[in-house]
Amino acid sequence: MSRVDVRKTHKLFIGGAFPRSESGRTYEVTDSKEQFLANMALASRKDARDAVLAARSAVAKWSAATAYNRGQVLYRIAEVMEGRREQFISEVSDSEGVSSRKAGAHVDAAIDRWVWYAGWADKYAQVIGNTNPVAGPFFNFSVPEPTGVVAAVAPQDASILGLVSVVAPIIVTGNAVIVMPSSSRPIPAITLAECLATSDVPAGVVNILTGAPAEVMPWLAEHADVNALDLTGIVDEGVATDLQRSAAGTVKRVRGAAPHANWQATPSLSRMRAFVEVKTVWHPMGV
Amino acid sequence: MPFDYAPAPESRSIVDIESNYGLFIGGSFTEPTSGEFFKTINPATEEVLSEVAEAGQADVDAAVAAARRAYDKTWSKMSGKDRAKYIFRIARLIQERSRELAVLETLDNGKPIRESRDVDLPLVAAHFFYHAGWADKLEFAGYGPDPKSLGVAAQVIPWNFPLLMLAWKVAPALACGNTVVLKPAETTPLTALAFADICQQAGLPPGVVNIITGAGETGRMLVEHPDVDKVAFTGSTEVGKAIQRAVAGTKKKLTLELGGKAANIVFDDAPIDQAIEGIVNGIYFNQGHVCCAGSRLLLQESIADEALASLKRRLTTLRLGDPLDKNTDIGAINSSMQLSKIEELTAAGEAEGAERWSPTCPIPDKGFWFPPTLFTNVTQAHRIAREEIFGPVLSVLTFRTPEEAVAKANNTPFGLSAGIWTEKGSRTLWMANQMRAGIVWANTFNRFDPASPFGGFKESGFGREGGVQGLGAYLNVEDPS
Repeated sequence: MSRVDVRKTHKLFIGGAFPRSESGRTYEVTDSKEQFLANMALASRKDARDAVLAARSAVAKWSAATAYNRGQVLYRIAEVMEGRREQFISEVSDSEGVSSRKAGAHVDAAIDRWVWYAGWADKYAQVIGNTNPVAGPFFNFSVPEPTGVVAAVAPQDASILGLVSVVAPIIVTGNAVIVMPSSSRPIPAITLAECLATSDVPAGVVNILTGAPAEVMPWLAEHADVNALDLTGIVDEGVATDLQRSAAGTVKRVRGAAPHANWQATPSLSRMRAFVEVKTVWHPMGV
Repeated sequence: MPFDYAPAPESRSIVDIESNYGLFIGGSFTEPTSGEFFKTINPATEEVLSEVAEAGQADVDAAVAAARRAYDKTWSKMSGKDRAKYIFRIARLIQERSRELAVLETLDNGKPIRESRDVDLPLVAAHFFYHAGWADKLEFAGYGPDPKSLGVAAQVIPWNFPLLMLAWKVAPALACGNTVVLKPAETTPLTALAFADICQQAGLPPGVVNIITGAGETGRMLVEHPDVDKVAFTGSTEVGKAIQRAVAGTKKKLTLELGGKAANIVFDDAPIDQAIEGIVNGIYFNQGHVCCAGSRLLLQESIADEALASLKRRLTTLRLGDPLDKNTDIGAINSSMQLSKIEELTAAGEAEGAERWSPTCPIPDKGFWFPPTLFTNVTQAHRIAREEIFGPVLSVLTFRTPEEAVAKANNTPFGLSAGIWTEKGSRTLWMANQMRAGIVWANTFNRFDPASPFGGFKESGFGREGGVQGLGAYLNVEDPS
């Protein structure tokens, strides 16, 4: 007789903990053949607000960590993911209905993406920042600083590679993120949360809310303690427009929808640039 | 015995103001289809300087169409090297006509000639020089091997630095290969119209720069025009939010440079005489009509009394009056509307319990004036500590520890600039790091340079103007993955 397997309860990831939705709601997730996979937590407005609180509390320490340290932490995520490679491949394969080979390519690219961004931690400031030769006796320099708390929607199709491609550039620069993974393929995101929880990522730096972006994101777009929105995974143009409009209430930075980007391509600086603020400091030179 | 200054007025004979101006569309001045004109006045005398066209929807359509044609047929096809040469020509023409432009700016805006001559105009020319050189070097700017222009830029600018804000908008737009429709502020259109003449003298291809005049409604039509690819706005946070709402759901790239409520923080070890000059320059420069003005003074408690006494003594030496007089420090408030706003907020300051002080200073009979003013006993809850006054009004608060200074400085939805005064290097750098603001001036204030990026955190807007970072506002740098 074969062993009866032990199944996992999939919960949210907020402030380093795995709570159920405060609302008590769940929704059913199936594989590509409509077979039941799991009941996921259906995040509510209250969960979103809890996540903002956790993210805001995490920003000061994470943004003050040395670039070297942030790079180490991101690299550690890749190491922990590598150890769970088979699990990710099976979940991606189930969720996306692709072969193990194809799922493997996605998972490998996702792990490699952490490594790519980990290496940027102590370099992007040298590329985006600089000294400025002003016409006067001043030392003048510009440095990129984290925007703060970013609310993001990961792509709906690429369940792990898209998610990592959205989250890594946001946190490598010292921001904290509240991310909504693919609604219909959220299981790899919760496995990623387990990797993050064991990778020295400080609690609250990444918060994962499974559920419906069209329900939860409007609260985040209006929340005065959210500094920016990344709408990458929003498919419905009307929803994206409404979120952009709400963002104007506190002049949030908004990166627009790009639901079908080519996630296998090597990224550029664009995603890191989107959520940093260039600060310029002047000081006189003299004796 | 105090010495009096003899009058030293700059002659206005160098400027030749037309009795009315049309709209600069497609390389020439045209009558507005509405047939409507509005008056622009000298705020120091209330004298009518000229009548200026009020652009309506048909005019906005024509200007955007002219910019689109110029983009498609000429400017986007021209080499960076040739674009550079046109922008260099403009820079030289501004230098050649800088005295005329400075006088014109002072007449239309009310700012002291000393500032328009020594600050605004040199920076305007420098801004075009700086960006001219970028036009054929964009592939080295860090935005990829072949950065692309956006198309037609709609630009709406404020009245506090009319020609300088034009330069901040037009120079990077042209350098990056875009064409422009610019709307100057309703109360200060004249130097933008003089700039149209400079574009003609430079032989700039028709339609590359279009200047349309009008009030807020014209600006709204321009930024909401469907054939615009880029919107750049400098002005109030309230209007900025309305523009951000209006461009939601479009492909338009947006940059906003909005209000501020900067803290100017003075520690007990600061070079006090320099700090006093910096405080004065921080809030009374340009009548306080400066979005990055140091409008909240944070004094460390141990030196507060001494610093306040020095500051008051210094304020009694400021000369308010004829903006064309070369000895004038404080010119006219730009409009009666702005004056009412300053009066309303300062009245609220008194009503809420803060203590108001101004030096005795004679106020001219005509025009719009407000004496340099400071408030003590200000709490963080007072409106004068939270809202942008945009006038020569300073709110003074105190602090004990660096941590308290940081908390108070950052306790605002704005985040444009901050000032730090201390002789301790490690503290300067720590404070600079802690400020949630786009520009930090340490032992100086209100310095500007085309090579130095300018722009805010939080509700002070997004995007940068100037420096290599400023180019990103006018290039298609968004990569989907």
